[in-house]
Amino acid sequence: MNALSREQHTIIALVQDRPGVLTRVAGLFRRRGFNIASLAVGASEQKGLSRLTFVVTGDQYTVEQATRHLEKLIDVVKVSNISEEDVVARELALIKVRTTPTNRSEILEIINLFRAKVVDVGTLSLVVETTGEEEKIDALYDLLRPFGILELMRTGRVAMVRGKTGGRVSDDVGADALIMGRNGATAELAVGSAPGHYEGV
Amino acid sequence: MEMTGAEIICESLLREGVDTIFGLPGGAVLPFYGALSGYPKLRHILVRHEQAAAMAADGYARATGKVGVCSATSGPGATNLVTGLMAAQMDSVPIVCITGQVPRAAIGRDAFQETDITGITLPVTKHNYLVMDVRDIAPAIKEAFYIARTGRPGPVLIDVPKDVLAGDKIEFEWPDEVDLPGYFPPGAPDPRQARAAADLINRAERPVILAGHGVLISRAWNELQELAEKAQIPVITTLLGIGAMSTEHVLNLGMPGMHGMAYASLAIDRSDLVICLGARFDDRVTGRLSDFAPGAKIIHVDVDPTEFNKNVVADAPVLGDLKATLRALIPMVESNVHLDWIKETDTLRAEHPSLFIRKSDVLLPQQVMKQISDETNGEAIIVTGVGQHQMWAAQHYGYKEPNSLITSGGSGAMGYEVPAALGAKVGRPEKTVWSIAGDGGFQMTLCDLATAVENNIDVKYAILNNGSLGMVRQWQDFFYDKDFFATIYSGNPDFVKLAEAYGIRGIRVTKEEDVAGAIQEAMETPGPVVVDFVVKEDEFVYPMIPAGESVHEMLEEPEAEGVGFERA
Ligand SMILES: Cc1ncc(C[n+]2csc(CCOP(=O)(O)OP(=O)(O)O)c2C)c(N)n1
Ligand SMILES: [Mg+2]
Repeated sequence: MNALSREQHTIIALVQDRPGVLTRVAGLFRRRGFNIASLAVGASEQKGLSRLTFVVTGDQYTVEQATRHLEKLIDVVKVSNISEEDVVARELALIKVRTTPTNRSEILEIINLFRAKVVDVGTLSLVVETTGEEEKIDALYDLLRPFGILELMRTGRVAMVRGKTGGRVSDDVGADALIMGRNGATAELAVGSAPGHYEGV
Repeated sequence: MEMTGAEIICESLLREGVDTIFGLPGGAVLPFYGALSGYPKLRHILVRHEQAAAMAADGYARATGKVGVCSATSGPGATNLVTGLMAAQMDSVPIVCITGQVPRAAIGRDAFQETDITGITLPVTKHNYLVMDVRDIAPAIKEAFYIARTGRPGPVLIDVPKDVLAGDKIEFEWPDEVDLPGYFPPGAPDPRQARAAADLINRAERPVILAGHGVLISRAWNELQELAEKAQIPVITTLLGIGAMSTEHVLNLGMPGMHGMAYASLAIDRSDLVICLGARFDDRVTGRLSDFAPGAKIIHVDVDPTEFNKNVVADAPVLGDLKATLRALIPMVESNVHLDWIKETDTLRAEHPSLFIRKSDVLLPQQVMKQISDETNGEAIIVTGVGQHQMWAAQHYGYKEPNSLITSGGSGAMGYEVPAALGAKVGRPEKTVWSIAGDGGFQMTLCDLATAVENNIDVKYAILNNGSLGMVRQWQDFFYDKDFFATIYSGNPDFVKLAEAYGIRGIRVTKEEDVAGAIQEAMETPGPVVVDFVVKEDEFVYPMIPAGESVHEMLEEPEAEGVGFERA
């Protein structure tokens, strides 16, 4: 029950494209001791707004604090914890794998099996592009590793709640009903993982 | 009319109702100062150190409830503001700082006096701006003031490159509204949350109210009193909540925590409901969290959702502006008398006389505080530094009015006492302002006595001079084998001569019988005065709950036992 818990949470933040917004977000996580497992940023469908996908590791207390502090940043418009939702989650990876004339076909077979793509062919290496959930990328990586990995680049997770009927969007989820004052009742709140006292004078 | 960036700042400040700016110029901010000299409605108070500018703005804001304003140049000028910003951020005080920056083309090149002040102040501001276009100045200022004073207030810094201040002229346009799609300060609470809180109050047999700074920020002291009286609930005020209810009110049980009144901490310990209003369960209040209010349910009213469950889990969190929340809550709360519980708290007061002042041949700091309280009838504004004197000021002054104690609580910034008192007096010139200073803290910022003199700011400085970093010394005495290493000040100046060197009255007091006379003399003397109260060196602040312990480990004044009820 603390920030070291490996439990993963996916959080989406809609932010204003203002200078320094990433510094604010990153600084907040470092300052408050929240762990970011991955962070992906890019434009949204709305002008002047970007979407960030975070994967945060930690217990319920940590993720609750993290989402509320994110909400509190002036440049952050909306935060949604979509961990409990039905989502589409994807990551893109580029893997540069060492090749020799003798093992090349074996490698290509693995790549095909994963429906990955070869996007660059060198004399001694191949660059493979793959998209999918983290587990798929991990699995491909593990199979290619014996051949020698020269370079790996991963984007981190991007995620979106499924549209279902009515075309629901991720921002509709909300970080926490209590903050938004929507459901009002005593929302179930996580028990703090006992911050210690501080010996200061 | 077309205006430079610097003129636009001045016009915008006027639109925000600013009357005073505390600051000190330098190269990068000079165009702003050039414009400022043409705006006599904006009084500039020239400080001797930028820390004083930030802390004076903070004192001004706490005394008036308005946004305080300060300014500094780039680089060292801006970094000197940082401690003041931190103090304001920790205690939710609205200030706006305007700093000059090197010209845009020089940014990132380690130019002379360049520093990334927006980066540096990220953790100690509520928000900040680096304005790179003259057209963005007016909107940034409008936003800055709005952000600083609404929701949970805090400091906002605006950094403006020199060539944005002094470059292109544009037509001045004051925006009608702020455009902040990600910022919604809460207003009235959700009725269901208020209902849940009211139900807990109506069921409670031994409730206490823990009133914090939020009551003062939201100007909800009348509502606080109404709620307390309607249901007869004892009110405990945190250090920053002092003044939310007059100390003369029978329901006021004083301050809890590390150096709070024993009966206040014990009442929380025995309560079955803690109604926390705009306070944040600081470790100095709670002690060991697992032992805090063990039998109590918790209602937590706050305007800042990150405070819920941060330290103490709330059974009924209520998000909202405090005044609006209390207004919603009061009609739902049933009248009550809580007779047995009130009697029990009276017994606690009688059995734990935490404000007892014993007889002594040597002048005691508590005696000085008590006398200042009596001589000012509890109606002055008291500004303090940090340390023992701060705790005695919190304990032994009979605060009657809201916003009458101005102290650096969350950050505990020594040196606050000199400049914050200046700001308070400038903001509330009609009030008597006493700065209760430590000899340590006073020496951190005494250069700004010159600011008091230059602007005839009538602050009375009472130094509780114990020749040491008294609070640290107390910890060494209690917890570090009485090894008084690096806490004794043997090189203190003669504070009376020091005052005279600044051309103001200095008075030294060494005996109890001279205390009242000196206080009166100080108050009868126009302009700033320094009174050097030479007090007992090794006096301790009691009660004390050692850090990380609970009310059951509280150390009480040994001689206070069996003394009975003190302050009425
Ligand atoms: C800027 C700063 N440095 C150090 C401290 C740690 N500290 C807390 S109380 C204290 C002693 C303050 O001495 P003084 O101002 O003389 O007050 P006293 O406790 O003697 O009344 C110190 C050093 C602090 N709070 N602030
Ligand atoms: Mg001292």
